[in-house]
Amino acid sequence: MERNQQLRRQLASMRQSLFDQGHLDEQFILLEELQDDANPNFVEEVVTLHYRDSARLITTIERALEKSPLDFNKLDGYMHQFKGSSTSIGAKKVKAESTQFREYCEAGNGEGCMKTFQLLKRDYATLRRKLEAYFQLARQAGPNEIACRPK
Amino acid sequence: MNLNNDKGSMSTASSSVTVSDQFPAGLRVLVVDDDPTCLRILEKMLGTCLYEVTKCNRAEIALDMLRTNKNGYDIVISDVHMPDMDGFKLLEQVGLEMDLPVIMMSADDSKQVVMKGVTHGACDYLIKPVRIEALKNIWQHVVRKRKNEWKDLEQSGSVEEGDRQPKPSEEADYSSSANEGNWRTSKRRKDEEEEIEERDDTSTLKKPRVVWSVELHQQFVSAVNQLGIDKAVPKKILELMNVPGLTRENVASHLQKYRLYLRRLSGVSPHQGNSFISSHSQEPPYGSLSSLSGLDFQTLAATGQIPAQSLATLQAAGLARSAAKPGLPMPLVDQRNIFSFDNQKLRFGEGQPQHMSSGKQMNLLHGIPTTMDSKQLVNLHHSAQSLGSLNMQASAHGNPSGQSSPLLMQMAQPQSRGQILTETSGGQVPRLPTSVGHPILSNGAAGAMLAINGIGENSRGTGYNSVSQTSSVLNFPLNHSAELPGNSFPLGSTPGISAGMSTLTTKGGFQEEINSDIKGSGGFMPSYDIFNDLQQHKPHNWELQNVGFAFDASQHSNSLQASVDVTPSVLVNQGYSSSQRNVQNSNVSAMGKPIFSVGEGSEHGIALNVGQHLNSLLVDNSTRVKSERVTDTSCQPTLLPQHFGQEDLMSAILKQQQDGLGPAENDFEFDGYSLDNIPV
Repeated sequence: MERNQQLRRQLASMRQSLFDQGHLDEQFILLEELQDDANPNFVEEVVTLHYRDSARLITTIERALEKSPLDFNKLDGYMHQFKGSSTSIGAKKVKAESTQFREYCEAGNGEGCMKTFQLLKRDYATLRRKLEAYFQLARQAGPNEIACRPK
Repeated sequence: MNLNNDKGSMSTASSSVTVSDQFPAGLRVLVVDDDPTCLRILEKMLGTCLYEVTKCNRAEIALDMLRTNKNGYDIVISDVHMPDMDGFKLLEQVGLEMDLPVIMMSADDSKQVVMKGVTHGACDYLIKPVRIEALKNIWQHVVRKRKNEWKDLEQSGSVEEGDRQPKPSEEADYSSSANEGNWRTSKRRKDEEEEIEERDDTSTLKKPRVVWSVELHQQFVSAVNQLGIDKAVPKKILELMNVPGLTRENVASHLQKYRLYLRRLSGVSPHQGNSFISSHSQEPPYGSLSSLSGLDFQTLAATGQIPAQSLATLQAAGLARSAAKPGLPMPLVDQRNIFSFDNQKLRFGEGQPQHMSSGKQMNLLHGIPTTMDSKQLVNLHHSAQSLGSLNMQASAHGNPSGQSSPLLMQMAQPQSRGQILTETSGGQVPRLPTSVGHPILSNGAAGAMLAINGIGENSRGTGYNSVSQTSSVLNFPLNHSAELPGNSFPLGSTPGISAGMSTLTTKGGFQEEINSDIKGSGGFMPSYDIFNDLQQHKPHNWELQNVGFAFDASQHSNSLQASVDVTPSVLVNQGYSSSQRNVQNSNVSAMGKPIFSVGEGSEHGIALNVGQHLNSLLVDNSTRVKSERVTDTSCQPTLLPQHFGQEDLMSAILKQQQDGLGPAENDFEFDGYSLDNIPV
């Protein structure tokens, strides 16, 4: 009980910090709201799907950035996809960086693209790590406790 | 999971009463998205809305599912950007073959893309991330579509329609509630109608529905081509086709659809219809329309002439698949429209002088698509919509008078074909605009023109819009640069249009110019109207939008020649215009700058036909245009230049015509296509 309460508190604060630090936005909350008894791990499921799919995209973009000259159209296309996916889980920082990246693509600024991509990768990795920890803790604290917490 | 309920209801329950009570619960939704994350989320959301969800991550698979289970789904939701097939293409296919409402979604909320969705016939466009609230209401599209289809059936005055009689008795089983009942009844009726449609007048037995296979359709198209679009009457087509068991009614209904389809395509590419053009060139320009109209007209004419073969092929490909659905007038009809446009053109000329007012246009339009029933009109609108949708919406709502509004409205609601018609009001639009509009619109310029004219111009608008829309807007898009090959500016004729178009885009300033252009062309009625409106209404947004479309349309037509590969539907529309366009389309590729692209292809299409005047302009401009090409290619909405290929042409023309036009950046987000360059 104690332990559980502690876990839950920890979980709550973890979750809150994700929002406070700007990693997540309201979209994540909408996902949480979709979670119900029928799909008790819905948020985790979606997040997992996202990371699986987006990892592939990250690699693709990375490879494309190594080419010379840069194919901005393609890059933009990939990033559009990536952005869509990130948006749907509420990855705020990553989404902003995706937008920035696309703007650079449009401007044909390869340098800008690469720089932004580095930032994006960093934030992407950070969020991924944090969410993994979050879900792990959530599983420990008990499935019902996660995500249904009112903000 | 999809209930293949022969009732077509969305209910999961077997009893109609239950279903209706539950509506919209149980609505059978097919959601297509290559992103697994989004797909999963949508699935969950739709499930929360109590819909019956089937998810699919590949467009091809989705199409297969839809084909094998024709009545298994009520609505389709699809992403725009998918690796295996463009969402718009899927949209068109579904519209063609299954005539289901399709909702597009994308993270991309740029006007162009949204416009594209509209012009391609999407009944709604959602921006990602999609909220569940947005999904809760999607059932309205299903109801609306059924209702409109039903209405179309009723309104249509064609023979086959006459066969259809409401079957009240059948409906009796259906719903308990009035609404649902109507909905279901409509659907049921529609199904019935479809069957009856093919039936011989005298027959009292229910004949098996005629399925327009690719081969059959090709036979049909070749027969039509043989006869010439003007002379292609069902009886003769039937004789030429010599298919046992095929009735005149079958052919008549298919012809209607074909005409609508052509009309949509034609906006873009007036193709080799030289005869048409020449015949028109003789005609006095539409007075106020100015060269632009003339151009359009010619382009249109040209479009009309679009070689049946190319169109046929495209159509065959695209249409054949769908068993002549009554609701699908599109491709089929359009062609017809284009041709009919020729006939109509004359009318335009009469109508027009001086007054760009819609009235004239209406005449033209009216004259043309006599056969076009509301459905066709809708289709046209669709095409027109592409062009005008943007504008239309803006103008339609905002613009006064009938002129723009009808068109605009029509365009604005691409949604179901039927819907459009209904929207437009009155009827003016319905027939004519489509036919007339198409050619013109497709040209892109036409579309723009039309759009500008206000869709409201009345029927004209409708016609135009649809025409241009389909061609330009849709195809135009960024995605398919290839599509619009040649777009840029329809041959000679387009320049005027482009100019017109550009003017359109510029908003404000444009109007004046356009008017002048229009006047010059005279030939092109539709454009005339557009311009009129422009002048009168100054629908800024609208103009731009239209222009974009118009160009697109034209581009498309051009693309027809060039890029047939682009989705057939797209091509077809565009193709027409593209055929016309000799001018490079270079621009076309650029984002879908719809307006121009249309114009390009449709050199003919643009039909703005400014008239000989334009032609000459175009000719001169073409060379000029090329060099000038507006570099809008950058996807920005730039109306003109990019797609068009014609842009150069247009710009050249526009330049001449309007110096004042500023960059079109109006609402459309055009980059500031320098209208300045465009001779006005």
